[in-house]
Amino acid sequence: MSAKQPAAKKAPAKPQARPELGPPCVEIEGVHKWYGDTHILRGVDLSVRDNEKVVILGPSGSGKSTLVRCVNGLEPYQEGKIKVVGVDLGGGAKESAVAKRKTGMVFQQFNLFPHLTILENCTLAPMWVLKTPRKQAEEEAMALLDRVHIAEQARKYPAQLSGGQQQRAAIARSLAMNPEIMLFDEPTSALDPEMVGEVLEVMTEMANAGMTMMVISHEMSFAREVADRVIFMDEGEIVEIAPPSEFFSKPKHARSKEFLSRIL
Amino acid sequence: MARGGFMQRMGGVRGLAAQGALVLGLVLLAVWLNHNAGTNIAARGIATGYDFMGREAGFNIDQHLVDYEPTDTYTRVFLVGALNTILVAVMGIVTSTIIGLTAGVMRVSKNYLGRLLATTYVEIARNTPLPVQILVWYNLALLAPPPRTAWGADGLFFLTNRGVYLPQFNLNGLADFAIWGGIAAIVAGLFLSSHFRKQRTEHGTGASPNWGWAFAIGGFVLAYLLTGNPTGIDVPHKSGFGFTGGFTMSPALMALWAALSFYTGSFIAEIVRGGLQAVAKGQGEAARAVGLNDAQALRLVILPQAMRVIVPPLASQYLNLTKNSSLAVIIGYPDLVAVFAGTSLNQTGQAIETLALVMLFYLACSLSVSAFMNWYNARSAVWAVSR
Amino acid sequence: MSAARPAPTTTAWQWARLNLFGSIADSVLTVVAAVLFAWFVWNAFDWAILRADWFGETKEACKSGGACWAMITARWQQVVAGYYPEAHLWRVALAMVCLAIAVLPVIKRDMPAWAALLAPAGVIASIAVLGGANILPSVPTDYWGGIMLNVLVGLTGAIFALPIGILLAFGRRSDLPIIKGFSIGFIEIVRGVPLITLLFMSSVVLPLFLPTGMNLDKLMRALAVVTLFSSAYMAEAVRGGLAAVPKGQREASHSLGLGLLQTTGLVVLPQAIRISIPAIVNTFIGLFKDTSLLYVIAILEVTGVIRQALSDFAWLGLENEGYVFVAFVFWVACFSMSRWSASLEQQSGKTVKRVEEPA
Repeated sequence: MSAKQPAAKKAPAKPQARPELGPPCVEIEGVHKWYGDTHILRGVDLSVRDNEKVVILGPSGSGKSTLVRCVNGLEPYQEGKIKVVGVDLGGGAKESAVAKRKTGMVFQQFNLFPHLTILENCTLAPMWVLKTPRKQAEEEAMALLDRVHIAEQARKYPAQLSGGQQQRAAIARSLAMNPEIMLFDEPTSALDPEMVGEVLEVMTEMANAGMTMMVISHEMSFAREVADRVIFMDEGEIVEIAPPSEFFSKPKHARSKEFLSRIL
Repeated sequence: MARGGFMQRMGGVRGLAAQGALVLGLVLLAVWLNHNAGTNIAARGIATGYDFMGREAGFNIDQHLVDYEPTDTYTRVFLVGALNTILVAVMGIVTSTIIGLTAGVMRVSKNYLGRLLATTYVEIARNTPLPVQILVWYNLALLAPPPRTAWGADGLFFLTNRGVYLPQFNLNGLADFAIWGGIAAIVAGLFLSSHFRKQRTEHGTGASPNWGWAFAIGGFVLAYLLTGNPTGIDVPHKSGFGFTGGFTMSPALMALWAALSFYTGSFIAEIVRGGLQAVAKGQGEAARAVGLNDAQALRLVILPQAMRVIVPPLASQYLNLTKNSSLAVIIGYPDLVAVFAGTSLNQTGQAIETLALVMLFYLACSLSVSAFMNWYNARSAVWAVSR
Repeated sequence: MSAARPAPTTTAWQWARLNLFGSIADSVLTVVAAVLFAWFVWNAFDWAILRADWFGETKEACKSGGACWAMITARWQQVVAGYYPEAHLWRVALAMVCLAIAVLPVIKRDMPAWAALLAPAGVIASIAVLGGANILPSVPTDYWGGIMLNVLVGLTGAIFALPIGILLAFGRRSDLPIIKGFSIGFIEIVRGVPLITLLFMSSVVLPLFLPTGMNLDKLMRALAVVTLFSSAYMAEAVRGGLAAVPKGQREASHSLGLGLLQTTGLVVLPQAIRISIPAIVNTFIGLFKDTSLLYVIAILEVTGVIRQALSDFAWLGLENEGYVFVAFVFWVACFSMSRWSASLEQQSGKTVKRVEEPA
């Protein structure tokens, strides 16, 4: 993996004082999930606090993507409990819909709506779900696009943007719904190496501004600089949780050591 | 762009030789056929040329959207037949699209019974021949009660085995004004409603779009009342053993319309299903992740993208429906083939001319549809389908 | 490390909750649909099977109020073979065997290349057997009819339409303007007109274009027209397959030294056909359904036989039985073929993957 990272792609300098960590906003208790006959998640327990940044590492097939998608409500789970901002996702449909809206998701394949302009991508949900008037939605969207540094692409279609620009637009689109928790499913894995940096930069700025983040990524520099905790998953369960300084230099478990030796 | 045809690489001389051979062959064939036709036609005493189009037709046609008398010419017969074909085709296109859209969406719905029903319908309608379906529907239409015990409301509509009797708008004098006034009110109401809705989305406040609908309906009713009903609409009344007034839809038309709708609807359902499934799964996930509910996701994100995949084969199906309407001849509906390639051909004996004209009509329809599809594909090349 | 557990089983109640009663609208739809469906299926089954009368010589034999299939069983010879003389029905069976042989190269994979010739040979053999061909007593085509005729016309049309369609597909992709123009013109004209006009043409117009004294059978004329009609659709089906063969295939075989004809015949065409098989089978299903239309020009295939039976005084009023039977016959054939085509598509998907993975 390290062969893939060119030198020019370091995360920005260490931030000033970060906002304090708040109460838990994502609580995962004893979650089991089967896909057909495959036991994908085997008893996962995790608690993510408000303003915390958590990076999830692990080999493919470890279930990390599935776990994050369960938090977002994209995947059902058979056993256990997941609470988002205190609301049980397995409870009534209305309450869990509100809770799901508090999480935003950024996909590996961007999944921008190709038949709408970038601006329309960002205003669609606020207008139709939050009933925001068009003018206001557009103003807020332009501010977000400015924040991710692609304001000048607002009237273009996704196909006309580069991969890095598209992913930043996808981030802006999720932010338009004012989420409290942002989930990232390998946001830079589908990008050409020279564009990974601009997306990581945007994510770091977001982290410094106080967003709660759960990130699946192979970008170790990002994990080292931005994460409060690193979570290592293997074969459907959490093997080790530790701050990045500890995890990368003194991993406790044999499997963590093996994984790190393969990628560093 | 490399082409696969082996003809392509045949090089200059060989290519010219091949084309020359084809042209020569076709010309020889045409000459031979023409010669045969000439002798045969002369021997049987059949006339040639299109003079017959100006002759009196001398037969009756049950349904004619424009005025027609047996003393009219064969040209008039062609027009009447063409209009009848277009009528049943347009009716069929509208209902088959509705049926097909519904069945296609049901095919991929979460409800198991919905999927089962839709699949059963599609697999039955797709795999039985259309002539048989037409005969079945015609049989059903004839099961309606006879005029004496007709099902319906006097002054409104009747359902019988001789046809469906409906009110007919008669445009005369004041009623003319009423109808046009009413239509204008509806159109104005639609614009108002859409304007109010836009204002609401842009500024957050404003009149409710429902005022627009109220204007439309109110205006229409007002225009109608101002001129009084009896002069405006010709309604069917029971009279003796039959009916007077109103507009009749013959059982043949109803049967043909139903058969074409359900048959073509099943193919449209498969096209819609394919289109919906062609949209990348990630689009639905992104739509839900951003907070849209299932109905909104379908309408705002999935269907618009699916349309690109759906429209070309959909246009093809519309063309098929129009061609299939030619089966009208098996139940006696007077479409173009029945009155022109059927009765007129038999009366004049000029098979070549009549069939050629009929084929030209359908070719014209087919070429229009091709042109439309080319235009649509060019227009929607603006954005690429998502990865 | 925790071991994997087997998945917990979903109870029927949970499945129903999710798939049938997901929301209020869903529940309403489920209940309404279930009631309608059950009522309809029960009544249809009751009418068609439970209370039906299967045998008898006249309508009086059907007293139970269910379906009167006696009309069909009493006339089964006509339904199967039209007016073919009873003493020679064995020839109909033999002809069907010939047709089965003709279909063999399509159904059985891994056949040698020469097996493709079985198709036209089988078809010609079956026509010869039915007609007599101066060896057996002659049975004019006017006597042929019934389901046998639908199968004969369908298979003959398809087997001869495919090679013509392939030629047209190549012609359409050609750069030579006259050949390309002719192919496009032929395909667009044939696809742009309804089949019934072409059938009328075969019945009324074609005799005029033949030399005086040369009399082609009405069935043979209809067969020719049906074949040409189907070839235009086959051409479109094959065209898709030709376009889907990767350009690299031609480049590779060219760099190996294969000539144009060899490339086309050995490399491009087999792959193109394999890719187009679902479209080709769909075209055949359409053709088979279209054979029902032959009765309009007085060729007595099964729909025509049933229509005649319905006008027989002894069997008045049995339209439901007659049309349901005809629909059922076609449905069984077409549905089976479409299922088979779907399974082929799945299989060929696997084949393509195998070809593209590295060794």
